[in-house]
Amino acid sequence: MRAALFVLSLGAASAALAEIPADQRKSGADFMSAQTRAMQNDDATNPAMLSVLDGESRWSAKAGAGAKSCADCHGPAETSMKGVAARYPAFDAESGRPIDLAGRINSCVETRQQAQPLKPESPGLLALTAYVALQSRGMPVAPPSDERLASFRARGEELWRQRFGQLNFSCAQCHDDNWGRKLGSAPIPQAHPNAYPIYRLDWQGMGSLQRRLRNCMSGVRANAYPYGAPEFVDLELYLMQRAAGMPMETPGVRP
Amino acid sequence: MARAVAALALAAFCATTGGDGAVAQQAGLAPFVVTGDAIEAPLGGLKGDPARGRAIIVDRQKGLCLLCHSGPFPDQRFQGDIAPSLAGAGARLSVAQLRLRIVDGTLLNPETVMPSYYRIEGLTRVARAFEGKPILDAQEVEDVVAFLGALRDGPSTGETR
Ligand code: HEC
Ligand code: HEC
Ligand code: HEC
Repeated sequence: MRAALFVLSLGAASAALAEIPADQRKSGADFMSAQTRAMQNDDATNPAMLSVLDGESRWSAKAGAGAKSCADCHGPAETSMKGVAARYPAFDAESGRPIDLAGRINSCVETRQQAQPLKPESPGLLALTAYVALQSRGMPVAPPSDERLASFRARGEELWRQRFGQLNFSCAQCHDDNWGRKLGSAPIPQAHPNAYPIYRLDWQGMGSLQRRLRNCMSGVRANAYPYGAPEFVDLELYLMQRAAGMPMETPGVRP
Repeated sequence: MARAVAALALAAFCATTGGDGAVAQQAGLAPFVVTGDAIEAPLGGLKGDPARGRAIIVDRQKGLCLLCHSGPFPDQRFQGDIAPSLAGAGARLSVAQLRLRIVDGTLLNPETVMPSYYRIEGLTRVARAFEGKPILDAQEVEDVVAFLGALRDGPSTGETR
């Protein structure tokens, strides 16, 4: 009985859910206090810049069996990494799946440098990701039109509309239908991924987009996917499509 | 539109349960009977305590109500604005109607964002710590319903978002 009812309600729900029209899209920064926004906008006060600087020095540090640095192969990040973050996740032929920016960087660490892969959310991986993503700051989010990504992106959208957890919420119910409203004290943002990795004051540190998604899942008392789960990469793919054209803001600051 | 959807959902519910008045039974939970848009009998035959109900409603870990609703709680900062004010809930709805809205609002409006407080089936990826448990137990539901039923001051009809 529950199953039948559920199918029906899912049908009704997807009919009602509306995507945010392009002229109403707002960056997460627009939902913050003027103070926090100012902190993000000034590199001298943005606490994420420490991690970016760490990333910059890691870029030219030799590592792994071949004692190679990222710079040895890629040259200056300012040119070789320009616009890269704006078009990730991208299709990875080796795994036959999309891979996100942190995953891409880690695959270079593992196979090109032949070094130990960096742990999810480790300072090193966050720093390299932030440094690489900084090279796209101000550029429009530009999801690739690669046909091989289509089914994964569609799966991401399905997850976006799927209800999760004891509180039984979908991402869309909060971020498409109720953005701008207040959940207790917190304004609900539109969930754009264009400022990640971020420095979150509440975390007193850096975190990836996946860490943010895990927070949202735990918030509705759901069993969050583990770091690196294909579901997260599919969701990221859908989020980037949803934010197409918005300027990249990495490194963001959040309350 | 919302009303049409509610009617549809109710019709579907009745059809799949074999008609208005069938008993809904979930493992380990007190059974209840939906009649129209209400649950007449208190869950487990329990009697609610309005003072405990108020405490549950303002508790942000327990009732979570003020994440979405505002209401006559001058001592509470940060009330949400996703849902109508709870002021006057007892004037707009009978105790039996309130009970169904707390137990499982999706039976009336499948699209609602209001959590189903007394439901453990049809959920996805519930975190281990909450698996197989409703958000509120039968006593807590009755406490909340008793408090809401006594909220008589406020608009008696219509949306109050
Ligand atoms: C119950 C409502 C709710 C649900 C459900 C929810 N979120 Fe969120 N989400 C929030 C709130 C509130 C914030 C902002 C939190 C803060 O700043 O403290 C947020 C933040 C975010 C952000 C960061 C945006 C930024 O600008 O930094 C992303 C991305 C996001 N959510 C994605 C998701 C995804 C994907 C899902 C589904 C798996 C989801 N959310 C489910 C309420 C929700
Ligand atoms: C031994 C040479 C080598 C080293 C060292 C190396 N890379 Fe790479 N990297 C490559 C090659 C070759 C590609 C293109 C791979 C492909 O397309 O399959 C690549 C691709 C990338 C990409 C994706 C670029 C795009 O346009 O999609 C990123 C990001 C990246 N590397 C980051 C790094 C970082 C960060 C480091 C240091 C931790 C690093 N790489 C170290 C050789 C290297
Ligand atoms: C996540 C948001 C959310 C939470 C948490 C929530 N509600 Fe609701 N509630 C709603 C919405 C939205 C409605 C409007 C009706 C609908 O969507 O079906 C509603 C409707 C109601 C109604 C009917 C209102 C009327 O006047 O017709 C009552 C009563 C109610 N809620 C009580 C509660 C109580 C008590 C709690 C806590 C135990 C609670 N709600 C928690 C979102 C929420």
